[in-house]
Amino acid sequence: MKVLIPGITGRLARLTALRLLERGHTVMGIDRRPWPEAPPGVEVFQIDIRKRAAEDIFRRHRPDAVIHMATVTHLTVQNEDRYRINLFGTRAVFDHCHHYGATQAIFVGRHTYYGAAADSWLYHGEEDPPMAMTTFPELADLVAADLYAGSALWRYPELDTCVLRLCYTLGASTSGTLATFLSGRRVPTVLGFDPLFQFMHEEDAAAAIVVALESKLRGVYNVAGPQPLPLTTLARASGATAVPVPEALLGVMFGRFGLPLLPPGAVAHLKYPVVIDDSSFRARTSFMHTHDEDDTIADFRRAVGR
Amino acid sequence: MVFGNGHGHGLGLGASLRYDGVVWTDPEVEDRLERLEIPFGPRGIDPYGASRKELGLFMSLLGLLYKRYFQVRVHGVENVPQRGRAMLVGNHQGGVALDGAMVIASMFFEMEPPRLAQGMAEKFIYMLPFASEWATRCGQLSGLPEHAERLLQDERILMVFPEGARGTAKLYWERHSLVHFGTGFMRLALATGTPIVPFAFLGGGEAIPTVMNLYRIGKLLGAPYIPVTPWLLPVPRRVPLDIYYGEPMHFTGSETEEDAVIEGYVDQVKDRIAHMIEDGERERGER
Repeated sequence: MKVLIPGITGRLARLTALRLLERGHTVMGIDRRPWPEAPPGVEVFQIDIRKRAAEDIFRRHRPDAVIHMATVTHLTVQNEDRYRINLFGTRAVFDHCHHYGATQAIFVGRHTYYGAAADSWLYHGEEDPPMAMTTFPELADLVAADLYAGSALWRYPELDTCVLRLCYTLGASTSGTLATFLSGRRVPTVLGFDPLFQFMHEEDAAAAIVVALESKLRGVYNVAGPQPLPLTTLARASGATAVPVPEALLGVMFGRFGLPLLPPGAVAHLKYPVVIDDSSFRARTSFMHTHDEDDTIADFRRAVGR
Repeated sequence: MVFGNGHGHGLGLGASLRYDGVVWTDPEVEDRLERLEIPFGPRGIDPYGASRKELGLFMSLLGLLYKRYFQVRVHGVENVPQRGRAMLVGNHQGGVALDGAMVIASMFFEMEPPRLAQGMAEKFIYMLPFASEWATRCGQLSGLPEHAERLLQDERILMVFPEGARGTAKLYWERHSLVHFGTGFMRLALATGTPIVPFAFLGGGEAIPTVMNLYRIGKLLGAPYIPVTPWLLPVPRRVPLDIYYGEPMHFTGSETEEDAVIEGYVDQVKDRIAHMIEDGERERGER
């Protein structure tokens, strides 16, 4: 199958590309950033997905399937920019899929879509509403992109659209939201709160994306790995020191005393869990994770040298 | 720690606790934890965040209250299924969650194999530091229908007080009455095919005789209200407590019944509990 990956230089996208190659697919990618050490056989076009040149790639190469991973998820990019990149980029990907005959499109979203709050429950089903913005307004673009991608199911019924909501990923690459948070020696927690964190090995995450592609999955699915762990258990297991900070002081402490700089909305994610139910994905694809929580943490820990 | 200081007020509180360098645990609790049929992961955490280690500490402390301080008498524990989903439905008595704590203790200490009763706690608890963490580690989730349904589908034992916070607000002279029962538990029981085990909890009103509730101060502190006893604080008196478990009640339905039908079923449960409270009062010599 000819697979195009917008956002191919991202960590999870690279792992997905390598896995697709291994399984005999033809892989090409689009990204603003280069991938100098891209394996032979993977063609990377260094362009912005929203630009005309990206459309030319679709026209010229006519991919069978597209795995859209060109969303900006790190919060260092200004809110409005991020919103534009994520929404207009997603629109471009689905429009091009429709116009140039792709039969499958996968949008890789995140489980933080469901939001963290005192009144949210454990094990969200795909039908649960997105509550992320109530406590973490910075996530608005991710929620909007996720819902927008899902709308392709009725806008382009001929296209098999699949939205995957992945839990946090962790592994040897040491990048990603959770890895960045855990990579410092000190991990801030909110005093008196210790929410469950749900994470999976990044190799398993890539495998899940490939499985979704090969099973021609259509619809919206949560994707997760082993049982979630409390944040402090996870932080300690990864070799960091959990530093409990009273909530009132957290705003001042972020970015100081060896603690990472986090937006204020992130506090809710340190107090309350976001845990998803992935049973329908497993039932439809026979996906099984191969790395348990200890394995996953050990790979991350080795990579950060702790 | 308070428990090892040798001044056990004649209760022998220090006797059964063992300090293993990390937590205080009771050997009996250790043994029972071992036999608890809950899927703890490799790090001792279950899928809902309950922790073996913290449960050990919690049950050890709860055991002291349950056995040494109050001397709880449990009747009809054989009515609770040994395995599989079940809903314990009973009355509130006592201004704080003494009733819930004692039911949890009775399931853990009297059942063979021991079971973890999981309550549907008030949502405000999860906004409070420490309370939020401890409730979760001990398997007590916030009272959301999604949690209740999931736990039952997972063959857990759910503890339900259909009177809700209005029930814990009962004053001393109202202790044997039942306030309005919600209907959510019945719809859930029908939807999940769960047997209902009615229970009556007695003695809580004597242990914590609430004379008034401070609603405004409670709001300020983030709680629904603060109960006030003749000695001001809701510190329980050392009185005997009784828990009566009745025979399981099975209801079947299509999940689409009119409210009137559901309320009829709820009244059957409420009547059973009211009778059990009356019988209990008679046995306790309060009537």
